Amino acid sequence: MTKGTVSIQTDRCKGCGLCIQACPQHVLTLADTLNARGYHHVQLDERDGHCTGCGICAIVCPDVAFTVYREPLRRAA
Amino acid sequence: MSLTPDLDVIALPGPTFDVVYEGPDALKDVPTHYCPGCTHGIIHRMVAETIDELGIRGRTIGVAPVGCAVFAYKYFNLDGCEAAHGRAPAMATGIKRSLPDRIVFTYQGDGDLASIGGNEILHAALRGERITVIFVNNAIYGMTGGQLAPTSPEGMVTSSSPLGRDPMLAGYPIHMTEMLATMPGVALAVRRSMHSVAEMRKTKKAIRQAFQAQIDGLGLAIVEILSSCPTNWHLEPTAALDYIRERMVPEYPVGDFKIAAQLTNK
Repeated sequence: MTKGTVSIQTDRCKGCGLCIQACPQHVLTLADTLNARGYHHVQLDERDGHCTGCGICAIVCPDVAFTVYREPLRRAA
Repeated sequence: MSLTPDLDVIALPGPTFDVVYEGPDALKDVPTHYCPGCTHGIIHRMVAETIDELGIRGRTIGVAPVGCAVFAYKYFNLDGCEAAHGRAPAMATGIKRSLPDRIVFTYQGDGDLASIGGNEILHAALRGERITVIFVNNAIYGMTGGQLAPTSPEGMVTSSSPLGRDPMLAGYPIHMTEMLATMPGVALAVRRSMHSVAEMRKTKKAIRQAFQAQIDGLGLAIVEILSSCPTNWHLEPTAALDYIRERMVPEYPVGDFKIAAQLTNK
C-alpha cells in the first residue's frame, strides 16, 4: 500500500474531530495535551505506518491544519 | 499566541515523499474565529483553492456579508470589502460594472442572502450580473444565537422557535436556488452539501464551475451549500454533519437546477 504521512499545524487545530471520523485508516487521535489556544489538538498515531497520504483529513479540516505527503508512485521499469 | 507551523511534530520519513496537499495561497495563515467543526472553514478553503487553481488571485475581489462570515475578507489573501447586511450582490454589481475585468464573488449566509438580502439577490439575478455567489445555508442565524431563519426546515427547533418551526406561525422554508434557476440571467444554480467527503468534493467542483461561469461571462452563478452549525444546533461537529444528511437534504435536495451548457465539462 502507498505510504504517506501528514504534518499538523497543531496551533491551528480546534479539536473538532471531523478528521478523526473521516480518516479511513483510523490513524488520527486527539492528544491529551492542549495547544496554545486551549484545544485538545489532533495528532497522528503512526506506530504502524498505516497512513496512506490520501488527504481526506485535509479535505474535511475546517482550519487548514494538514499538509499531506505521499511516496511517489513507482513506475514500471 | 504562537502560530508557527509545527512541522517537527511528525518526523518525515526521508526526502522521497512528495507534498500532495498544502494549504492554498489565497487563504491567509491566520486562525479563523469560527467555532470548532464549522464548515465555513472548509468552504473558505475550497474557494481559496479554486482561486489558486484558476490563477485569478491578483484580479479577484471578495465581498463579505453580515453574519458568521463577516470577517471573510480577513481570511482571504486577496482584495475584499464588507457589505451592509444582505447588500453584497449590490456591492458586487457596482464593483463588477466599474471594473469588468475583475472576478467578483460574494460569500453570504442564509440570513444575509435569503432574508434581509432576498431582494438584492433576486434583482442581481434578474439583471444577469456576472458575479459568483457562494451561498452558505445552515438553516439558522448563526452569529446572533441560532434564531429561526427563512431557510429553517419545518419542525426545526431554534432559539426563537422552541417548539419547532410551525408553518402556520412562521411560514414555509424558502428555496432560493430553485427560484433563481428560473431566471434567464442565471448561468449556474446548483445546491451542494457538506455532509460527507464525497459531497465536499462535488461542492469544490461546483465552486470551480461558478467561477468559470464568471470568467466566461455567462451570467450570475450561485452555489448553495448546505452547511452545519454545531454550536447553535447543539450537536457535536460530526453529529452535525449527520443532521445535514437526515434533516436538511430531504428539505433541500442536492442537485443541478440550472447549468449552462458551456460549463458542463469544466
